[in-house]
Amino acid sequence: MNETEIKTRVIAIIKSIAPEVDEGELRADRSLRDQIDLDSMDWLNVLVAVNEKLHVDIPEADYGKLVTLDNLVAYLRAKLAFRV
Amino acid sequence: MIEFKLPSLGADMDRGKLLEWKVKPGDVIKRGQVVAVVDTSKAAVEVEIWQDGTLFEQLVPIGETVPVGTVLATLLEPGETPEQAASRKREAPAARPAPRLAPATAVAAAAVVAAPSAAPLAQRRPVSPAARRHASELNVDIDKVAGTGPHGAVTIEDVEKAAGRAAPADRYAEMRKAIAAAMSRSKREIPHYYLSETIPMQLAADWLARENEKRPVTERVLMGALQLKAVALALAKAPELNGFWLDGKFQAATGVHIGVAISIRQGGLIAPAIHDVDKKSLPELMRALSDLVSRARAGSLRSSEMSDPTITVTNLGEQGVEAVFGVIYPPQVALVGFGRIESRPWAENAALLAVPLVTASLSGDHRASDGIRGARFLAGLRERLQHPEEL
Repeated sequence: MNETEIKTRVIAIIKSIAPEVDEGELRADRSLRDQIDLDSMDWLNVLVAVNEKLHVDIPEADYGKLVTLDNLVAYLRAKLAFRV
Repeated sequence: MIEFKLPSLGADMDRGKLLEWKVKPGDVIKRGQVVAVVDTSKAAVEVEIWQDGTLFEQLVPIGETVPVGTVLATLLEPGETPEQAASRKREAPAARPAPRLAPATAVAAAAVVAAPSAAPLAQRRPVSPAARRHASELNVDIDKVAGTGPHGAVTIEDVEKAAGRAAPADRYAEMRKAIAAAMSRSKREIPHYYLSETIPMQLAADWLARENEKRPVTERVLMGALQLKAVALALAKAPELNGFWLDGKFQAATGVHIGVAISIRQGGLIAPAIHDVDKKSLPELMRALSDLVSRARAGSLRSSEMSDPTITVTNLGEQGVEAVFGVIYPPQVALVGFGRIESRPWAENAALLAVPLVTASLSGDHRASDGIRGARFLAGLRERLQHPEEL
């Protein structure tokens, strides 16, 4: 899965949790939680959906690295690449 | 004969619109079963029944808005035959008890209840159930639709035409109104007192991080669940904070059913209950919380969740505030608030440390409890959070 594909999947997941998100306005290099109303329950639901759709289990200890959409996509790309 | 009445689904609800029957006459019904879906200003609520029986008669048609306390249906008690029920009904046609209502709505309610229940539809324009249901789906007030069918009957086409013209009913505006009513009543009637306590969260945070490390993402527990459990256990020693102020006196609740304040994405707020929080394990509680939040946001709750919270917990820490002092939701008598968990200076054993802290607050009803009890509760809550492994 390339970066664009991962990004599309992640945005779809975020929109399933926060339907009001306008992906055209979402800045991939800025903090997600500054741009989107995501509480800890929403964030957990994003990660559960990532786990379900992309089969990557993100440990809590790594939450701190995943501030922006770019961070999340790069993280998942590394995990998915490592697997193959 | 059992009368199944529209229950109150919270202090801010005095009427509800019947959207759907989940059972039909002749069905055997078990205690706890969902029998109808009722639209309130906040959500479509699945209404449960708390008695066993067999559904005898549905008295309210789909699409009807009726006051709390209205008999929606009658049920046969176990062993009772339809003939017995029918003859009992003939003997005592006036025995239908008046619903309990706030004075402001009593007049309108009396008018509805006084209509003979045997022929509730005869006095209105004919409306087919399909048109009624459709109107409800499209948020059209059926009473304002001009009927073009035989005898002025309202047809599906009439409803669709009306939907095109009328602005859709705004659930957000309705919810705002309901919140305004409940909160105004609270501030008018409840003499609030407010207390706060700073609670060190290092032990709880460390313990939770270790626990979550062992768990797959689908079973992780949030700090919010830990806080709920700590509140529930601390209430054991402060029973006068858990219950209701009704008829001029405090009535202690038998279980700890915590209303969780949940913000709705489109705006507004709802605080349905998680039942028996003190008896649930953390993973059970986390599942219940996650399920409740998603159903609240989807607008699908059960009547018992709406009607029986015994205390409310609100957590505004995620929105970045240090502390929240909430308004009690009547007839409850207390509300616990949590602010954000944040590393701040903390003096301990003559050393100054940076420690994650949270400000917990209690809004108490001074008619039901005094500050000293509230203070003991917050001290108990703090103590509970220092022993996360026991939660």
